[in-house]
Amino acid sequence: MAVLEILVYPDPRLAHASQSVPAFDKNLHKFIEDLEETMHAGPGGVGIAAPQVDVLQRIVIVDVSGKPKVSSHGRLILINPQIVANGGGLVGREGCMSVPDYTGNVVRAKTIQVVAYDEFGERQEYACEGYEARVIQHEIDHLDGLLFLDRLVSRRRDLFRRKTYA
Amino acid sequence: MKKWFMVTVVGKDRPGIVAHISEALYQGGCQLGEASMMRLGGNFTIMLMVEHDTEAKTLSELLEAPADALGLRIHVDEIEGHLHEHLFPDVSVMVHGADRLGIVAQVTHVLAEAGLNILDLESDVAGTEQEPIYIMHVEGVAAKGIETLELALDSLVTEGIEVRLTPIDTMIA
Repeated sequence: MAVLEILVYPDPRLAHASQSVPAFDKNLHKFIEDLEETMHAGPGGVGIAAPQVDVLQRIVIVDVSGKPKVSSHGRLILINPQIVANGGGLVGREGCMSVPDYTGNVVRAKTIQVVAYDEFGERQEYACEGYEARVIQHEIDHLDGLLFLDRLVSRRRDLFRRKTYA
Repeated sequence: MKKWFMVTVVGKDRPGIVAHISEALYQGGCQLGEASMMRLGGNFTIMLMVEHDTEAKTLSELLEAPADALGLRIHVDEIEGHLHEHLFPDVSVMVHGADRLGIVAQVTHVLAEAGLNILDLESDVAGTEQEPIYIMHVEGVAAKGIETLELALDSLVTEGIEVRLTPIDTMIA
């Protein structure tokens, strides 16, 4: 096990799209162990994506089970994940291990349906909502070379004020 | 040696102020840090951190030309601040009610007693001239927990001020 080095913005490698994982082998399992240890090494880390440690593969770990009052599926290993359906929209505050010293508001789907493979290559499907859905969307963005900075909305206002009153 | 200054600019609002001020600072070799601009009652207001190896007086002189041209008042203070010292709020407080004397004093007094450290505040008077309403949004750190704030605010709601607390659960991933 090892804590891997996290790439930090504006490192251009964070903007690269990741490739699908071709094989569910020992190397993958070893990498997932290291990735998970890296996620837990930072304070409050509830998710991590492989490209954050300079591995351009579509691997995400999410675990929001430590958060009280949050419904979740526990520890999720999502390989080659795809969001196949989504609904609603919520503003929430996000930060990122790859963007130190900044947090901002991002709009994410409230509910998502995710299809992914686990570390043994078994196809899984999850219905997620709220906080857990937010983390998964944040992580899948990393696989596509996007950061929450690319999706920031106003930190000062949750909603824009109407200009005129009907 | 480089030092940080807080530059405050106030004046009648018009387009192009930020561009002119920042251009003068850039030409003068200044580095900009955190900044916050707001339009308050038709006035332009900005506070910005400026780093330069000079004295406050020199910095004021640098801004004299755009200030005179745009009718702005400039104030410069040397500060002890640094970058990368953000604190992150864990609670948001929305307040609204019919505008009357003392809303801010009452609400913030109760919140301060209950352990709130305000990091960000913005407020507005809206509605009509005859019936103005007051809206305030505060974000801060609840040092004694959010439940302590909730308990403390119970007394205020009965006085015609609506106060809504929302936890800010920042997701770090």
